[in-house]
Amino acid sequence: MSFLRTFLRFWYDFVIGDDWVVAAGVVVALAGTAALAHAGVAAWWLLPVAVAAILIFSLVRAVRATR
Amino acid sequence: MSTTLLIVSVFLACAVEAVEALTIVLAAGTTRDWRSALTGVGAGLLVLAAIVAALGPALTVVPIGALRLLVGALLLILGLQWLVKAILRASGRKAPHDEREIFAREAAAARAADPDRRFAVPDWYAFTLAFKGVLLEGLEVAFIVVTFGAGTGHTVLAVAGAVAAVVLVTAVGLSVRGPLARVPENTMKFAVGILLTTFGMYWGAEGAGASWPGADAAIPVLVALTALVSLVAVAILRRAGDPRAAGPIDAIEVSR
Repeated sequence: MSFLRTFLRFWYDFVIGDDWVVAAGVVVALAGTAALAHAGVAAWWLLPVAVAAILIFSLVRAVRATR
Repeated sequence: MSTTLLIVSVFLACAVEAVEALTIVLAAGTTRDWRSALTGVGAGLLVLAAIVAALGPALTVVPIGALRLLVGALLLILGLQWLVKAILRASGRKAPHDEREIFAREAAAARAADPDRRFAVPDWYAFTLAFKGVLLEGLEVAFIVVTFGAGTGHTVLAVAGAVAAVVLVTAVGLSVRGPLARVPENTMKFAVGILLTTFGMYWGAEGAGASWPGADAAIPVLVALTALVSLVAVAILRRAGDPRAAGPIDAIEVSR
């Protein structure tokens, strides 16, 4: 059990990393892009905007955490 | 264009991780036992090769749309985290990475450990230190090689970029015979973060069903935009607060 927990913890840390908000934001942004694309609307612009927002949001969280 | 960026991305990512792995291997080899340390390096490289060999072909059976969505998501998560830390280091919000300091710390711990012979390995501590160093630093590179290879269909080129970086860093390390403290790791990781984020956006959007204006021509535009946002963030953070050690990007390091 402890091996499984360690194994899962390792992969969580490896993929998700320090800030789970980044991973969650990426998933939401990709879902939004897929929704727009399947609705027949130009969707290419959404991801760059969302990525810039996620980057800034994660930086703000990190800076606040160091204070 | 995208193939060149692919090789550059893998080469830079692998070079940075190889520098970090080299520091650990040097600590194990110089303070304990070179034979055991090099056996650990070989074992670590074998495991990494097995991971790439197993995951690479496995990903080719996934439909290209789903594959690009998955690869895009993973590269975005990884790239954004590299970028966040690179920006924090570059703006002085995170302590600089120092290969000499890491070498000294690892070497001190290695000297303090008791000798322990296991299986055919004369020094188990040196073996495990080198093995873990190579495996953990290399895992991210193996992941990048697999995802980039799967996304472009150029796994061989991705592997070639990784191998070239390892050979170069090893050759320089052998000639210097010490940790490569002068390598501009933060700048390299900054660049890798930008490239991973760019390819993550490009493939992620395509996998989600969107089409980029200009197709592949969108990639350099995305690189430029990501770099611009990141550099503006560094400038704002440097001005906004009281950073501990704001300096040139070259002087600062990121580690995941």
